[in-house]
Amino acid sequence: MPFIPHTEVETQSMLASIGVEHIDSLFEEIPPSLRASPVDHPLDGLSEMEVGQLMRERATADDHTLCFAGGGAYQHHIPAAVWELATRGEYYSAYTPYQAEASQGTLQLLYEYQSMMSSLMGMEVSNTSLYDGASALAEAVLMAVRSNRKAKSKRILMPVTVHPIYRKVVSTLVRHQDIDLVELEYNSATGTIDPDSLQLSEEDPGYAALVIPLPGYFGTLEAVHKLTDWAHEHGMLVIATVNPVAMATLTPPGEWGEKGVDIACGEGQPLGIPLSSGGPYFGFLCCRQSLVRQLPGRLIGRTRDLEDREGFALTLQAREQHIRRSKATSNICTNQGLMVTAATIFMSLMGARGLEQMSQGSHLNTEKLAQRITAIEGVKQTFKVPFFHELVVTLPQSASGVLEQLAAEQIVGGIALQSHYPELENGLLICATELRTDAEIDHFATVLERVLC
Amino acid sequence: MLIFERSEAGRFNSAQRIAGQESQALRLEGIPQAMRRKNSLQLPEVSELQSVRHYTQLSQKNFSIDTHFYPLGSCTMKYNPRGCNTLAMLPGFLGRHPAGSEQLGQGVMASLYDLQEILCEVTGMKATSLSPAAGAQGEFAGVAMIRAYHDARGDETRNEILVPDAAHGTNPASAVMCGYAVKEIPTNSEGDVDLDALRKVVGPQTAGIMLTNPSTLGVFERKIEEIASILHQAGGLLYYDGANLNAILGKTRPGDMGFDVIHINVHKTFSTPHGGGGPGAGPVVANERLAPYLPIPMVGEEKIGGETIYRWLGEEDCPQSIGRLSAWSGNVGVLLRAYIYARMLGTEGMERVANYSVLNANYLMKRLQKAGFTLAIPQRRATHEFIVTLKREAKELGVSAMDFAKRLLDYGHHAPTTYFPLLVPECLLIEPTETEDRETLDAFVEAMVTILGEAENSPDQVKGAPWTLPVRRLDDVRAARELDLNWYQRD
Repeated sequence: MPFIPHTEVETQSMLASIGVEHIDSLFEEIPPSLRASPVDHPLDGLSEMEVGQLMRERATADDHTLCFAGGGAYQHHIPAAVWELATRGEYYSAYTPYQAEASQGTLQLLYEYQSMMSSLMGMEVSNTSLYDGASALAEAVLMAVRSNRKAKSKRILMPVTVHPIYRKVVSTLVRHQDIDLVELEYNSATGTIDPDSLQLSEEDPGYAALVIPLPGYFGTLEAVHKLTDWAHEHGMLVIATVNPVAMATLTPPGEWGEKGVDIACGEGQPLGIPLSSGGPYFGFLCCRQSLVRQLPGRLIGRTRDLEDREGFALTLQAREQHIRRSKATSNICTNQGLMVTAATIFMSLMGARGLEQMSQGSHLNTEKLAQRITAIEGVKQTFKVPFFHELVVTLPQSASGVLEQLAAEQIVGGIALQSHYPELENGLLICATELRTDAEIDHFATVLERVLC
Repeated sequence: MLIFERSEAGRFNSAQRIAGQESQALRLEGIPQAMRRKNSLQLPEVSELQSVRHYTQLSQKNFSIDTHFYPLGSCTMKYNPRGCNTLAMLPGFLGRHPAGSEQLGQGVMASLYDLQEILCEVTGMKATSLSPAAGAQGEFAGVAMIRAYHDARGDETRNEILVPDAAHGTNPASAVMCGYAVKEIPTNSEGDVDLDALRKVVGPQTAGIMLTNPSTLGVFERKIEEIASILHQAGGLLYYDGANLNAILGKTRPGDMGFDVIHINVHKTFSTPHGGGGPGAGPVVANERLAPYLPIPMVGEEKIGGETIYRWLGEEDCPQSIGRLSAWSGNVGVLLRAYIYARMLGTEGMERVANYSVLNANYLMKRLQKAGFTLAIPQRRATHEFIVTLKREAKELGVSAMDFAKRLLDYGHHAPTTYFPLLVPECLLIEPTETEDRETLDAFVEAMVTILGEAENSPDQVKGAPWTLPVRRLDDVRAARELDLNWYQRD
């Protein structure tokens, strides 16, 4: 029997100890009317070899593609040691570290993660993860509304340059909390929010927070300093949603404007997590120390044991659902622990220098890609402003049709923008990470040129 | 020692350098100075070996299923087959960009579609959405679907969700996130929901009830059909928390019990790893009534000229959906592990999971009872888990459930769940799972008996535990009062 060790003799002797004859007697409290009838489509159990044949066939069908898409999920180099270590049974098959003495490995690693992630973001405190970048933004919005009671407003200013799917997820997750998400349009020439256009009239009820993306969804660079200061002047908190790899090169949220942002969040996937069709990834969430009691999710503190030795434990648990139940900061329980394990090992292996190289390598490759494909007749850079690591080009025809033709040649040629931005009918969001070689960029451009003519 | 304390300025892990970038690092003319990072980034500067050794040694400070018996009640810490991990990490699955065309994802989509079907069948439901990232997000989705259903009918006076007092903390927290008030329902001394109390609080304000069956008390809710009929007659709906599905897999189905929507913790019942706190996945499965409200995306199937094509179902296909819960389509890598596990078990294997998890729990319960321990509900059959209460030991010997739990660690067993459910004093919630052999269960009983002896003869031995782990008991008060959450900001 797969994964069940009992021999028939053992089963019988265990039943005898219990004092019943058949296993079925152990289920006698289930009313007979509820006993399951045979299923319509019984499945035979497969051996590891058989299921391996099936899954290899399916994985092969999806393999060997060349990726020029980003949009919040990026194909970066992952050092071999990352997943060799992260899938060690001691990390892979442990539970949430409630029994601190038996979980010091995971707990210390998470403390190291909190320190590294805070450092990368220029923030004071980081939690130990949420589900993904989208749910992290939703939790950041809820946290900002709880934290900014002075604003007397549950409205959030949400630029449309924030990832369009994140905005939808935020809407799903905060819908029942009377929070109003107010969209902020971008300047059609720059693809960014124009800080000089922002004005609040006297009678405006104000906002609890402003969300600022960096880079914006179009790869463009928002005027983060001006926007941060403007929001703070108007009694708002500032929530940054950023690409963590970009922060090795760009100003991190903790250093935006005069005071830095209040909450920083984003998608952790670029830090050592494979693309995997969109998950599992992990969301990160950092904040000022003064807001830590409103921060959702697990937190690890460094403390001492009975013999005054250093040790690590879950802390400030009074924020959490298993203690506070209906009054918790969030319902989150299981988070994305193993992804954070991988990201921590990843950051230790890359170091600041490796992460900067990855960040800038991705940018320089994207610049190469931009030069190469805007040289194709009819292809233009949509927003002629600085970008980082990703950009939008306008094609001479519908981007989604082009993508299907590229897919037929095993190329993931970017993300069509039309469904979320109807005004960018032929807009294509593209990137080339540090992994893409000159030959691959050239191949993509050649195929694209052929498809377009 | 922390990784930061192994760091040496100027050390660089050059195998991980990005080829060609060292000479070009300053070519960032396009980026305005004001947007560049000024304060240099601080991360550890260690060699690859230092990092590998550090994180290998850290891992060795963990208890895990692979190293220890882990009878953590309500968490279903069963063996996580290695084959599931290896196959879910095939390059074709790992390398697929989520925005890639459907034609480049037929392999993974076929697997997800099959998993949707398997989960419908084993729960007796109509349709599955795999998108919730964990049980709590599945709960949110389920309750949000209940709300969407009432709203769609213009039935907007329902503002209350009922939750038994034995429920997981996530249940009330999820209901609140959906904008509902929570009303607790008491449990009777036999572990069933108190039906009289239920009848009194159900009314036109009731949106629904959230139930775990078997309950967190480790017993099957025998009056579930009556509960369903009370709720449905009042216009309320039933939500099934799938945390304890392991006990009934293939034996009875939530759909037949009258539930309208359920979530499944695949990191419990379908043996995907807990990973030290995640990632899990919490698919939601609904009956005919609630299926239109399932979160997107889902995978649909089309037959085109004898060929099966899978495609994503989104807003246009599911206009009544509660929407998206994550940026892409949930924790696909976890779902693949669940699918591989389900295929290895097959239909019979799933029923065996229930058979042997319940056999192991009842065997362990009986042996502990014979050894002198008090059961919380001795008159009932255990399901996949059961509760020992140490109320007497705490009162007479001054040794608490926490002390027992910590001393078990010294004997090489992870502690059971302690102090949950909240209504049983000094409790241990014990769930052995089906993948443990009898010798391991016997060794656990032996350790419990030894600890009981110690509690009687040398209680300090138990109260001071653990003695043999990397640390002894930690100062939680200090951790909270003198917050130290970030090495770079330490005092």
